[in-house]
Amino acid sequence: MDKKAYNNLSVSSAPHLVTGLDTSKTMAWVLAALAPSLLVSIYVFGFRVLILTIVCIAASVGFEWLYNKITNKTQTVTDLSAALTGVLIAFNVPSSLPYWMAVVGCFVAIVIVKQLYGGLGRNVANPAIVARIVLFVSFATQMTTWPLPRMMNVTDAVTGPTPLGLLKGGSVEDLPSNMEMFLGFIGGSMGEVSAIALLIGGLLLIFKKIILPHTPVAFIGTVFVFALAYYGIKGDANALQMAIFHVLAGGVMLGAFFMATDYVTTPIMPMGKIIFGIGCGILTMVIRLWGAYPEGVSFSILLMNILSPQLDAFLIKRNVVGGVKREK
Amino acid sequence: MSSSAKHLQSIDAGHYKNTAGSATEIMPIPDLVKISMSQHIGAPCKPLVSKGDTVKVGQLIGDTDAFVSAPIHSSVSGTVKAIETQRSAVGGEDTLVVIEPDKKQELCEDIKVPEVENLEGFVKAIRASGLVGLGGASFPTHIKFNPRNIDDVHTLIVNAAECEPFITSDHRLMLEDTQDLIDGMVLVMKYIGLDEGYIGIEENKPDAIALLDKMLAEQGHDNIHTFTLQARYPKGAERVLVYEITGKHMAAGVLPADLGVILSNVTSIAFVGKYFRTGIPLTSKRMTVDGDAVNQPKNIIAPIGTMISDVVEFCGGYKTPPKKILMGGPMMGRAIFSDQMPIVKNNNAILVFSKEKATIPEETACINCGRCHAACPFNLIPTALADAYEERDAEKLDELQVMQCMECGSCSYVCPARRPLGFLNKLGKGVVKEAGIK
Repeated sequence: MDKKAYNNLSVSSAPHLVTGLDTSKTMAWVLAALAPSLLVSIYVFGFRVLILTIVCIAASVGFEWLYNKITNKTQTVTDLSAALTGVLIAFNVPSSLPYWMAVVGCFVAIVIVKQLYGGLGRNVANPAIVARIVLFVSFATQMTTWPLPRMMNVTDAVTGPTPLGLLKGGSVEDLPSNMEMFLGFIGGSMGEVSAIALLIGGLLLIFKKIILPHTPVAFIGTVFVFALAYYGIKGDANALQMAIFHVLAGGVMLGAFFMATDYVTTPIMPMGKIIFGIGCGILTMVIRLWGAYPEGVSFSILLMNILSPQLDAFLIKRNVVGGVKREK
Repeated sequence: MSSSAKHLQSIDAGHYKNTAGSATEIMPIPDLVKISMSQHIGAPCKPLVSKGDTVKVGQLIGDTDAFVSAPIHSSVSGTVKAIETQRSAVGGEDTLVVIEPDKKQELCEDIKVPEVENLEGFVKAIRASGLVGLGGASFPTHIKFNPRNIDDVHTLIVNAAECEPFITSDHRLMLEDTQDLIDGMVLVMKYIGLDEGYIGIEENKPDAIALLDKMLAEQGHDNIHTFTLQARYPKGAERVLVYEITGKHMAAGVLPADLGVILSNVTSIAFVGKYFRTGIPLTSKRMTVDGDAVNQPKNIIAPIGTMISDVVEFCGGYKTPPKKILMGGPMMGRAIFSDQMPIVKNNNAILVFSKEKATIPEETACINCGRCHAACPFNLIPTALADAYEERDAEKLDELQVMQCMECGSCSYVCPARRPLGFLNKLGKGVVKEAGIK
């Protein structure tokens, strides 16, 4: 090149280098981590799982796109957070849920819980969790009609109670084996049935440093210890079996790895993440054992979401900077 | 000695040490040099030469009586063409002594190997050499070598971490000027009265560690040790390095000497060794030239005052039009507005980037992921600090200890929303200072 002076170079504050891992890629990793669970769910409940998931993604992305369009805001759908919310909503409903009901859930999640609060990063509660709860109280029948796994050899029924439903109803002898629950050959919400698939996804996220292990370990550990103590004190000979059952049943695995680790609605401080997980575990077990509902994961996460800003504020005040704690 | 068990938080900012295997090339004397009178923290020097004067290599051409200062010497022999002013990289005005080299590189008659008997003489010789902190801070070294609590200091820490991506000049120095480095350490430890010496080197420079270990053992320097650091950013930050080696937290405002440590950059120490061998003051500098917009990335030694455009020319010229030129590394280096700026003492790299590489992606919403907090070596909470800065809340900023931020930029680097968190801390510090909070 010819020799000439360059006098109008761009100047900016350091650093001049940033990581390649942006918000979209972060969300993409979470979506990838949910894929094993989706595949198991399709295998267990059939092709409708895939269609319902696609409907939820399309509706969530569509609502966000439309909201931004109408309110004349910068388009944000490419950050993939709406797509992720869509998948999580699908994972939190039975595979037989009418499509239009799922779309209502997506509207609640994206428009009411997320966009009206200011969009990604501003929402207080986890959009997918609130959508699940709204659907649950609005369409109680459809939301608690659980298609049975295709591999269950039943001729006269296509739906039945979930393992937690059986437990609540007192039919302990009908409970599936822990192995069936680990693999996911049980009734339940689409994406929550296979503990192994969720575990694979969750470990991928921890390995890729997308999430910290603090919350899932605290959440799952608390559920296990709580259940072990409860059944142990009751003198149940199967206390250990029951503790494992509670970890594998319902939404604990999905919640612990994918919902209680949502950045926006959980504490930023590592200690906060631990407290958040323990809180979720305790609330889940309290609702399961003494509440009116068989399952308490969504309620527990929602309650802890609401507490998160307070947890952070408390911990930020007590943060130790470079070995120095400010006495105030 | 290897890394201690406890580490401060750090990040993987990539290494890009493309020039690690490139032996240093000595750049020919350019057609023109412009020697800045502000090459150190403190008062600028006044030119001691005028237009038309002839000068020789190592001749004193700028000095001042101010306490915090270091003299400036000519890097070439030739004729002073002008004394001019130019806008500096930081926005002020620089006085430049413009010299047309005769390319004979005649040495100044004043140059002689310093003869020193005690600390006072040593410190005097260091000042006369024009040495400043060559790691980037450019603080006059003779002041650092003579701390108020001189009886309490016991350890020399040589910063050879070179944690900035791209830069390999310190690495090359350790391989090429190994004896100067060892001699420099011995001299500094002798005159200041230090018992132990550590050379902190990141583990990605095993050849340098092995060579130093071998030579230190051969020469019987059993009180000088290499210290292997994790190859992570920012292990070469002064306060981080002190913690990694001594296990002591060094808060902002605390001097290494307060912890019994004299800390100096590897290039500065090797220069001390060379200066006591040759007597030639600081007139040239080794640096890495790299980046996607330069044709032949390499390590060079250039005379101080060489135009950056000439440096790039020596490295094969621009591959594509430059959009950003950095003095220093990509994490803490300074972006300059023009390539018509001269090399100064503390330049350890010139990085030239194309438009594509120079553009930082647009900022998006904070998703509260906490990566900035997890990245901060001092455990600051950049998101909370950014909120407090948004409110210009000096008290809150102070409570969150914004003044402890060393502006390493780790938070900005890891942010998936591309928020300039480190820069906001810099602004936040200004808010606290303005409010007069002590």
